Amino acid sequence: MNIYAYIAAMAITTYLIRMLPLTLVQKPIRSRFLLSVLHYVPCACLTAMTIPAIFSSTAGIVSAAAGFIVAVLLALRGKGLVTVAVSACVVVFLTEQLMLYL
Amino acid sequence: MDKAETNNSNSLSFAQGLRDGLPICVGYFSVSFSFGILCVNLGLSPFIAGIISLTNVTSAGQFAGVRVMLAEATFMELILTQLIINSRYALMSLSLSQKITPGMPVWQRLLVAFANTDEIFAVAMHNKGYVPFLYMMGLELTPIFGWTAGTLAGAVASGLLPENIRSALGIALYGMFIAIVIPAAKEEKGAFWVVVFAIAASLSLTCVPYLNRISPGFQIIIATLVAAVAGAVLFPVENTEGEA
Repeated sequence: MNIYAYIAAMAITTYLIRMLPLTLVQKPIRSRFLLSVLHYVPCACLTAMTIPAIFSSTAGIVSAAAGFIVAVLLALRGKGLVTVAVSACVVVFLTEQLMLYL
Repeated sequence: MDKAETNNSNSLSFAQGLRDGLPICVGYFSVSFSFGILCVNLGLSPFIAGIISLTNVTSAGQFAGVRVMLAEATFMELILTQLIINSRYALMSLSLSQKITPGMPVWQRLLVAFANTDEIFAVAMHNKGYVPFLYMMGLELTPIFGWTAGTLAGAVASGLLPENIRSALGIALYGMFIAIVIPAAKEEKGAFWVVVFAIAASLSLTCVPYLNRISPGFQIIIATLVAAVAGAVLFPVENTEGEA
């Protein structure tokens, strides 16, 4: 299928999600259940996308696991997005270099 | 919103928006750099990667989207994936609709909606008083530039980078996701359990025979809904307005 058609479908969907509430909805949502689901969607979605995919995101599962552990530890200590992401990359790199000499 | 706060709106100029968007721009550049690399690794051209970033401006959605696209999935699946993953933006846009200058014309709202990302939303809501149209334009412009330029740079550089560097950068986006999820899970009991449910659901869907035949897009949708609904039933939130 045409790649541009895919991109257009993706972009239009994303735009409508952002645009419709901002232009049409005048009153706030009242359903507590719906509000709760929406509240938990980011966490649920990002987690589902990370686990287990992160373990196959690098050249090998060992370096990916090392990066994963460091990222979780740094995030637990409240480090920012860029710090956590860059540290994970550095750890993956170092782990893979170390493994070459083992 | 009390009346004293609304007076500050005048200081929120286009230039101030550009300035406030700068840190987001820098952060986006580094993250989208790895998105560009991912695209090239998956066989897309730098131009296509740039177009995706410029037209979508959403990390998680694009990330899942390219995988769904390359799995030659149906349009329905692609649209559904975006709907579920990006549904949080609906809540943010809803909150933002209370924050922008009252009576803002529809054509301005149409433009403001384009790049209402997690970070831009957070910065916009952080201001005191109502946020005017031109401030929002500035606040969105620098991050859109950073997001697109980073993607192009990553995609172009990908071919020049040695394999070990590309491997290391492959984990960057996941690192960012972890940095978003962990603090929320640490702070909120409900979010903690949602993360646990999401891990369980996602692992089940990828490891259990038959379930693992479901395409990646739907696996993410199902795991997200299962975890978010379970969280909503067990730990309903009091009032989420303005904190999405």
